[in-house]
Amino acid sequence: MTRFETAFAKGPALVCFITGGDGDTAANLDALVEGGADVIEVGMPFTDPMADGQAIQEANLRSFAAGTKTSDIFAIATAFRARHPQVPLVLMGYANPMTVRGPEWFADACAKAGVDGVICVDIPPEEDAALGPALRAQGVSLIRLATPTTDAGRLPAVLEGSSGFLYYVSVAGITGMQQAAQTSIDEAVARLKAASTIPVAVGFGVRTPEQAAAIAKVADGVVVGSALVDLVKQHGDKAAGPLRELTSALAQAVHSAR
Amino acid sequence: MTSSPTPAPANLAKNSWRTLPDETGHFGQFGGRYVAETLMPLILDLEKEYRAARHDPEFQAQFDDLLKTFVGRPSPLYPAPRITEHFRALAPEGKGPKIYFKREDLNHTGAHKINNCVGQILLAMRMGKTRIIAETGAGQHGVATATVAARFGLPCVIFMGAKDVERQKPNVFRMKLLGAEVHPVTSGAETLKDAMNEALRDWVANVHDTFYIIGTAAGPHPYPELVRDFQSVIGNETREQMLEAEGRLPDMLVAAVGGGSNAIGMFHPFLDDAEVAMVGIEAAGHGVETGKHAASLTGGKPGILHGNKTYLLQDEDGQITEAHSISAGLDYPGLGPEHSWLHESGRVRYVPITDDEALEAFQLCCALEGIIPALESAHALAALPQLTAEMDEDKILVVNVSGRGDKDIFTVAEALGVEL
Repeated sequence: MTRFETAFAKGPALVCFITGGDGDTAANLDALVEGGADVIEVGMPFTDPMADGQAIQEANLRSFAAGTKTSDIFAIATAFRARHPQVPLVLMGYANPMTVRGPEWFADACAKAGVDGVICVDIPPEEDAALGPALRAQGVSLIRLATPTTDAGRLPAVLEGSSGFLYYVSVAGITGMQQAAQTSIDEAVARLKAASTIPVAVGFGVRTPEQAAAIAKVADGVVVGSALVDLVKQHGDKAAGPLRELTSALAQAVHSAR
Repeated sequence: MTSSPTPAPANLAKNSWRTLPDETGHFGQFGGRYVAETLMPLILDLEKEYRAARHDPEFQAQFDDLLKTFVGRPSPLYPAPRITEHFRALAPEGKGPKIYFKREDLNHTGAHKINNCVGQILLAMRMGKTRIIAETGAGQHGVATATVAARFGLPCVIFMGAKDVERQKPNVFRMKLLGAEVHPVTSGAETLKDAMNEALRDWVANVHDTFYIIGTAAGPHPYPELVRDFQSVIGNETREQMLEAEGRLPDMLVAAVGGGSNAIGMFHPFLDDAEVAMVGIEAAGHGVETGKHAASLTGGKPGILHGNKTYLLQDEDGQITEAHSISAGLDYPGLGPEHSWLHESGRVRYVPITDDEALEAFQLCCALEGIIPALESAHALAALPQLTAEMDEDKILVVNVSGRGDKDIFTVAEALGVEL
């Protein structure tokens, strides 16, 4: 079984996101794992994060201010993999930093660092050639996004060539906004699960254990990002404790939902 | 000089330069649809609707009528006698072509931007969208968008970097007078690219009722194509007017390239006329070698931003770097994908021009022709010394004067050390 399959086989999984290079990333990632996160997402900072709300935009700026380069992100990933051999690790970011040295370079670096999957916000299925084939050739999962505007006609194209899990963006909007109505999430997840053979995780706007529990009743995974990133903003280099605490509450809610 | 008729690559359909983008929205390796999944269905819809509109005589008639009665087209093709004499006098014996200006500065709102806005708002209404958004740098595209939104009674939000809001107060007030809401963007460097990011964020959240009027021939397919087509009125008129005035086609076209919509609108109708040379002028700011410039082709490399693959100013990690130009309209770290393709395929030559060169040309044009050009257009005029010196005097060169410079007088005064 792949790390993703193992993580999702245990029941609903908690997927936790923080931006790489913002604060003490190694300590923060350890705190997420200790708190009970099943899948880790590390954001690759980008100068122009047009799908992100204020929290993650600011995290990118903090990361750049600390001098973060792409090589640092892969160093973070490599060290994480050494400390946590079993926890699936995902890099999330934008097309240009991922393709600037060629998609093969990026896919190779992911494989070497022990990265299990990649989410690229601005490469839709129509532009798959820019990154997808290189990742698949290295056995790295391309995790695609489905959104409220992804209709039944498009869904097969979104699923084609993707693996690991399907990330359902529950609101038409950017990260860190209000959560979608639970009924609309229920409907969408049912529709996606009917069409998909891979797990469906739901994210965007999920901040509290209560929200996470409601989603975990229907979905295979719950993604929390901005709420964690806010803690890094608030606590700077001492964010590990608060992160562990929130993650633990979220994990408990997600894991006991079914 | 005038004769570098680059043959069209043989693999192009009908051996023509004018058949791209292909059906997936690519110009060779450039262009495409690099957008978030939320926007993809809308982008596909827009493409379908645009195809239908292009073949709808009623749409075309409405567009033409608005260009005539609202924008004031056709814009004149003006033979610029004193500029012609000036450069002929500087050129070697027998050199110095006849120079014409295509007067886009005489359009309603003072620039070529309005052509595209008229086309896009008609598309927006055709798609049943009830809210308009746009990004703007200097405010010209914002004003043009606010203008068409007022004309058709649609609410309109303009995203503008907070720094630009401060620098361009007259245009901010114009937009407000026209009924638009101006949203200052405080993220990133607070300039044009950040305004575009914020417009994309708004669009993703309001995709059900909102139409994004992109201001240049860039962004995800089909924007580069449809903006080019709406702006092609510039080149089509130039061809007709030149045939009437001189009985032949011009030998060279010159236009400034920021995003590149005035240039592609001028160039595209002539791409298959091998005898017509074309030069796009990039903003070199303080000089490409200083790193403070906006010359994406000369000083950048291909990458992906704002929905398309194109030449971008970026570092080795693919992080986008800040552009610099005295002309706010050229102050963007990328350009339209078709220009990237025309550059790599060699059909169009791209030349960098510095702030100082543009300032000199700005003053020369004022003094010799009684025309205050936009700083963008002044970049095109600033290439005349090098271009005219090599062209025979029986040749004809057309400069696209894409906009008027009234908006720039404060910037120019400051650069010249004049207190107003």
